[in-house]
Amino acid sequence: MTLNLPKKDLKTPFRQRSTASLAATPDFVTTTSQWLGQRWRGVFKSFLVLAVLLLLILALPVSAQTADAFALALEQIRQGSMVEREQAIESLVADSRSLKLLQALQDGKLFDLKAESKLVIGSESSLGYQLTDAISGENLPEVERSAVGKINLTNKLRSTLRKVIGQLQLNVDDADARLIAVKAMIKDIDDKSLELLRTRLIQEQDAKVRAAIEQVLLIKDLDSQDKTARIAAITALKEHNSQDAANRLQTLTEKDADGEFLEADSDIRNLAEAALVTINGRLKTYAAIETVFFGLSLGAVLVLSAIGLAITFGVMGIINMAHGELMMLGAYTTYVMQQLMPNYLGTALIVSIPMAFLVAALVGIAIERGVIRFLYGRPLETLLATFGVSLFLQQAVRSIFSPLNRSVSTPEWMSGSWQINDFLSLTWNRFYILVFCLLVFTALLQILKRTKLGLEVRAVAQNRGMARAMGIPTARVDAMTFGLGSGIAGVAGVALSQITNVGPNLGQAYIVDSFMVVVFGGVGNLFGTLVAGFTLGIANKVLEPYAGAVLAKILVLVFIILFIQKKPRGLFPQKGRAAES
Amino acid sequence: MNLQNLTQDKTYCTVLTALASVTLLIPLCNLIFPEDSALHFSAYSVSLIGKYLTFALLGLSLDMVWGYAGILVLGQGAFFALGGYAMGMYLMRQIGTRGVYGNAELPDFMVFLNWTELPWYWYGFGNFGFAMLMVLLAPGLLAFVFGWLAFRSRVTGVYLSIITQALTYALLLAFFRNEMGFGGNNGLTDFKDILGFNIQSEAVRSVLLLMTGLSLIGALLLCRWIGNSKLGRVVTAIRDQESRVRFLGYRVELFKLWVFVFAAMLAGLAGALYVPQVGIINPSEFSPLNSLEIVIWVAVGGRGTLYGAIIGAVLVNYAKTVLTGLMPDAWLFCLGGAFILVTLLMPDGIVGLLRRRIKLKPTPNATRGQPA
Repeated sequence: MTLNLPKKDLKTPFRQRSTASLAATPDFVTTTSQWLGQRWRGVFKSFLVLAVLLLLILALPVSAQTADAFALALEQIRQGSMVEREQAIESLVADSRSLKLLQALQDGKLFDLKAESKLVIGSESSLGYQLTDAISGENLPEVERSAVGKINLTNKLRSTLRKVIGQLQLNVDDADARLIAVKAMIKDIDDKSLELLRTRLIQEQDAKVRAAIEQVLLIKDLDSQDKTARIAAITALKEHNSQDAANRLQTLTEKDADGEFLEADSDIRNLAEAALVTINGRLKTYAAIETVFFGLSLGAVLVLSAIGLAITFGVMGIINMAHGELMMLGAYTTYVMQQLMPNYLGTALIVSIPMAFLVAALVGIAIERGVIRFLYGRPLETLLATFGVSLFLQQAVRSIFSPLNRSVSTPEWMSGSWQINDFLSLTWNRFYILVFCLLVFTALLQILKRTKLGLEVRAVAQNRGMARAMGIPTARVDAMTFGLGSGIAGVAGVALSQITNVGPNLGQAYIVDSFMVVVFGGVGNLFGTLVAGFTLGIANKVLEPYAGAVLAKILVLVFIILFIQKKPRGLFPQKGRAAES
Repeated sequence: MNLQNLTQDKTYCTVLTALASVTLLIPLCNLIFPEDSALHFSAYSVSLIGKYLTFALLGLSLDMVWGYAGILVLGQGAFFALGGYAMGMYLMRQIGTRGVYGNAELPDFMVFLNWTELPWYWYGFGNFGFAMLMVLLAPGLLAFVFGWLAFRSRVTGVYLSIITQALTYALLLAFFRNEMGFGGNNGLTDFKDILGFNIQSEAVRSVLLLMTGLSLIGALLLCRWIGNSKLGRVVTAIRDQESRVRFLGYRVELFKLWVFVFAAMLAGLAGALYVPQVGIINPSEFSPLNSLEIVIWVAVGGRGTLYGAIIGAVLVNYAKTVLTGLMPDAWLFCLGGAFILVTLLMPDGIVGLLRRRIKLKPTPNATRGQPA
């Protein structure tokens, strides 16, 4: 599993540097000298530095020597000629401390601080440059533009630099960073980096990095003179799920402008073609898996938004047009929770699940007690009144927060994607929502099946009069049921806040869809809702490549409209006495 | 038409007189009195009142199908918009070479999309008669197909309401697409003239108001006549006890279909009158919220009374104009509040309140039926 997190990538050199500075003494030398230099500028400065240096040189002659080599290389980069610079850069391959410095050089952020004759990394600021020490990473005072000189590069130097950085990255501790480095090397590979990859392969522990290195070597083998090696490479690459490998194999089968095959050897060509067929077959399978996954995740969203409705509409028979707005309340609860604890976004998201449930459930109970209970048995009037409630809630949110969309952040563990291979990656937030949807569904099912409230809900749904005769407080059960359905809408809102804009119109966008899901699945049937949600989600995503997103949605809507005409009671109609009402 | 019955019904007389005077006096005042006179109606208010009257016609159409037949259509706005688009297409063809691109063959937005020829469904819209036919036929046909499928398979009640909402939602999404050839997001606008007269001129606006008023009066009388006819009585019976009527041997689905199609055509006519007066038609007319607003007009006015729908449409829209001008935030609160209060406290709407207050004799069709 690989998480492609930009933040993590930034962190890597950081961690690298800190462990390195703890382990290696020469780093200590430079940092100490700087630290002292900062504190006691003036008469004692040079003396102290000298003393410390002398002391260390005497004590540790070996590391002092490498320190010398390192310092020399830095000095050459700072003011040497272009040739010297290149040599210096190449000599830095052996030293893991230089990675950050070289990256800064590549980005044009490495400067010569003229006053102190040393290398610094600078980022632009209002005054001029904000500096950090190139080796220790220590923050230095801000300086004007003229105080520093940029270290210039030629194109030749740049390509050397790129290779050196790639090689340095091959040896970092973080496996993800190594993987990226290997992949970057594919584009521009020479014998030297090949050699590096081979040595790395021997000591490499991480399976993914190993596979990536092997793949690079195999692709390189395709160009070799030895026919058996090429055949072996093609056979091995057939099993790899790599876009690079597929592209390379593709070039083996192509013709040039004159209609001549680029590859003279027909055996190789045929083998490559056969390998491509295999790879493309797998590619199609992965594409299908991806479509199903997208469909399932869309379905999960539909199920989440419809499942509360399945309670209020399906079990109680109440048309709640404010259902979408209850989801909106859930999403805004998430927003508020994140505002309350801006430093713990992930925790805020977890906490907002019960909070959203509470908020939406309370509002739901208020709606039931205030409006709906006067309208039982009059579905059309209920529809109108709850629609009024939905307008009211929308405007309330608009007045309290803003008519504009609010941004809800995604915690780190939910962003990014699960890169299974080159052809298949699943985004985490969709994945979590799918899992969340199934959890909520199971929880709801258990509540209805195993708790006293669930029993009472089912009793009232089946026969209100009889339930009341058996001593069930139907009015309270109604309020609780409606609260449960509304609370689940709120929970759905938390999930929606992660994938869509949180704004006053969030509910409206889902209300038609969620009614469709409930009606399609069959009123009063929770499993029907689940099946219908996933079916519609997958159908939508399967149609999308052919028809486009909007047309796919229209087609699905038209399909449901026609379906309801054929089977007015949905996929799984209720049977028996309950169906009569 | 039972005229004697009509003259005895005082409410109808009042509403009709009021409508007739608005229809005749406002255009006259606009044209006769000079602009600085106190009796002069500005072009703006003429258009505004014209717009209200088209909404009243739309409300009337919904009252026919909801109040009489008990079918709560949450997509009446779709038929209104279709009629509007038919009219808009005619007005687009009238622009001719006066568009931004000066293309005689194609409307501006098609030139913009690099289309080379007119799509087949735009043929004939240069002809006013054909366009007017389509104003009635397009919504009528959609209603016929949809209703035939729905009523035949006995989709009733909330299910029907929800799928009509899905219908208008699907149309909303479809008309937003540029590939549909109806101007996409921007819709049809920049109209120049109608039947050769400048659409911006005050005289044309007054005539449009006059036409709208006359259509409304005509439609009201027609609806009342239908409501009092044998057909209307069967339809009312269906609203109150559908299965009983079916057992008596009536083809319930055909009666419902008839009313549904008739109401859709009426809504289409309202849309056609609306477009030249506001000067634009775009997909937002298809939005489910618009269709729900129509329902609230009828509910506020009083369902199943016909003139109640007119009163409700004018009052709610007047309130909307005033409120969105004064404090835009309050409008949705008021609309939402109206939905809740009307359904909870005054199920018969304003007309019901007035009746109870003045003890008017209830009209035969105004009995509040069973929940549909």
